[in-house]
Amino acid sequence: MKSKNIINLQTFTGGIHPHLDKSLTGRKKFKPIKLPSKVRLPLSQHIGAPSKPVVKVGDIVKEGQVIAEASGFVSVPLHASISGKITAIKKFPVCSGKHSMCIEITNTETKTEINSTENTNDWKKFTPDQLKTMVEEAGIVGLGGAAFPTHVKLSPPNNKKIDIVIGNGVECEPYLDADRNTMVSSPDKVIGGIQIVMKILGCGKGAVGIESDTPDAINAMSQKTENISSINIVPLKLKYPQGAEKQLIYAVTKKEVPCGGLPMDVGVVVINVGTAVAIYDAVVYSKPLYERNMTIAGNCLNESVNINVRVGALLNDIIDEIGGFKTLPSKIILGGPMMGQTVYLLDIPVTKGTSGILCLNEKEISIFKMGACIRCGKCLDICPMGISPAQIAQAIEFNNTDIAQQLGVFDCMECGCCTYVCPSNREIVQLIKLAKQQIKNKG
Amino acid sequence: MSSYKLKTSISPHIRSKQSVSKIMWTVNLSLMPVFLFSIYNFGIQALFVTLTCVISCVLIEALCLRLRGKPIDTVFDGSAVLTGILLAFNLPPDVPLWIPAVGSIVAIGVAKQAFGGLGYNIFNPALAARCFLLSAWPVEMTTWQVHGITGATPLGIFKEKGMSYLLTQFSSQSDMYSKLFSGNIGGCIGETSVILLILGSLLLFYKKIIRWHTPVAYISFVFILGWLFGGQKGFLSGDPLFYIFSGGLFLGALYMATDMVTTPLTNKGKFIFGLGCGLLTFLIRKFGSYPEGVSYSILLMNTATPIIDRYIKNRKFGNPKGKK
Repeated sequence: MKSKNIINLQTFTGGIHPHLDKSLTGRKKFKPIKLPSKVRLPLSQHIGAPSKPVVKVGDIVKEGQVIAEASGFVSVPLHASISGKITAIKKFPVCSGKHSMCIEITNTETKTEINSTENTNDWKKFTPDQLKTMVEEAGIVGLGGAAFPTHVKLSPPNNKKIDIVIGNGVECEPYLDADRNTMVSSPDKVIGGIQIVMKILGCGKGAVGIESDTPDAINAMSQKTENISSINIVPLKLKYPQGAEKQLIYAVTKKEVPCGGLPMDVGVVVINVGTAVAIYDAVVYSKPLYERNMTIAGNCLNESVNINVRVGALLNDIIDEIGGFKTLPSKIILGGPMMGQTVYLLDIPVTKGTSGILCLNEKEISIFKMGACIRCGKCLDICPMGISPAQIAQAIEFNNTDIAQQLGVFDCMECGCCTYVCPSNREIVQLIKLAKQQIKNKG
Repeated sequence: MSSYKLKTSISPHIRSKQSVSKIMWTVNLSLMPVFLFSIYNFGIQALFVTLTCVISCVLIEALCLRLRGKPIDTVFDGSAVLTGILLAFNLPPDVPLWIPAVGSIVAIGVAKQAFGGLGYNIFNPALAARCFLLSAWPVEMTTWQVHGITGATPLGIFKEKGMSYLLTQFSSQSDMYSKLFSGNIGGCIGETSVILLILGSLLLFYKKIIRWHTPVAYISFVFILGWLFGGQKGFLSGDPLFYIFSGGLFLGALYMATDMVTTPLTNKGKFIFGLGCGLLTFLIRKFGSYPEGVSYSILLMNTATPIIDRYIKNRKFGNPKGKK
């Protein structure tokens, strides 16, 4: 690995190098934390139809038990993330800023049952269909952030042949460090999960793209794949947004997903390394998805950590558990600083799609005053999708959503590169999100 | 619990350190070598003209922002200062000082603020003002002095009396080239020293404020056209080095045709813009009644910027080559 020439690493065109590094978590290992005494599980944590509750208030549930079932193909079941009593099924504030239906579980016992993992299954003896059902029943969604139901991704139409499964080990957002940790601490699970996906899709090739700034992850994964010729570890040049599906596919295979198309159109399925671990756990340990790895970082915390969090745990409880605030936060972001969502209160639960919690202080954030576009063209140079953010933003400013649509507003994946580099601090992503909403409302 | 207030906003939550005023002040800084040389070459008068331009541009910018009810703090973002410097660089060093003051009114008041201020102007403000002054006061605007001696610019002499006469003004052909290159000749305040203009622009290339596309397309096209058709003895008799080193070509190509606001967004578009400027400059110099064509050609190409931006786009990711 060390002999690889850093300069010749593969990557995609465009993109940026955000100035914040990942030193806050100090590249630390996962820190063990106590289980929360209360969780709130939103019924809609994934893309698609919300799950349907199968429990009622007062029921006693055990960790891993199904508490809501899928309500359609693009939907997933939901499992209790702690043992305890259902104390409420009603609307609570969630990360989107709205109120949404949640199932609240309160742990009344002092000791929680430890979910035993004594009976392990050999995944090789299952048929692809059996494996897919296991993934579906475990409630697995993409853990990279989009939370798209994984079994849907694993069910391409018959005319789409999948040639390669790519593991997404690129954690390109600043601050976030949990995927690297996952790869370092359980590389065999990541590889196993990818092999399961390959079996489900009947494809013989796999790869894992990892950026060159995480040599420990590259080494750990390379060691595990030494004897597995079908899976390649591909070190990639450090650049944002390499973790975006289309950019990762290009970086690894040099194939371009067509405009408006899906990875399966070029015969690729991308699986986040965290999702791969969840798939492995679901198949081998029969453990549904009710916990996930994430980074909690920021200068106003006493300690920035990588931890394993139960889905539904409240931000308040998690932050108290890891040591609380050192100074008052000004902005709390779920996800990374480039694409994450801000929240206005801490009384909300983390979901399956939450990849990190960032607590930024006054200095780390700034309030920007948007100026006029000086047409420097910087956003065109770095746009990974090759569209013209400057012109699109200007069109939207003048309420011209038709022109914005012609210019390819829907090709935008809102990675935020344009807004990051803009010398006039133009809120390009905000304008684009607005236009997408307006166009959808119209049509 | 909530003793603090959390701010919410749309992503991204972090920004690069680049800003408009940093860009503008960097461009101003890169013009300083040329500015200092102009004082050496033309005397203290060059300093007065430049100061008049800069001060009046800033004052008029402040006045216009005030009248338009806009926040006035953008006065020192460096853009008005830059317009002032560039306007001064396009004036003869011996103009009476009311001319730069009037020019500033046209540059900032008409060409920039009347169109909506920074980012919305169609024409390069400094060039628009220069062309206005040139047609309003042609005599004052074309009186040149070098070290106290009045005379025409090399391009003017070439236009009127031909290359052989021009060469008699210098001790040899290489002497002419070196004087043109170093800037030890008559001309506008900032246009003469090719070497210092290149030197200053290196900073801008390094900081990625300007791209190579426009200057390279512009200068090399003038070079080729000048060589092929620029001579007075027919095809291929032109002197391409004289063609590119004389007049305001380097000032125009490096600093005016690379103005972000008034030129195309894409690199391809910038290249086409440069070619267009090169063609127009050559045509004006060869067939026009006026020896110099850089200002007019850039202004004309400014009007073509929207249409270039409309048809020249970057290739979308995932779009096969050649398809729209």
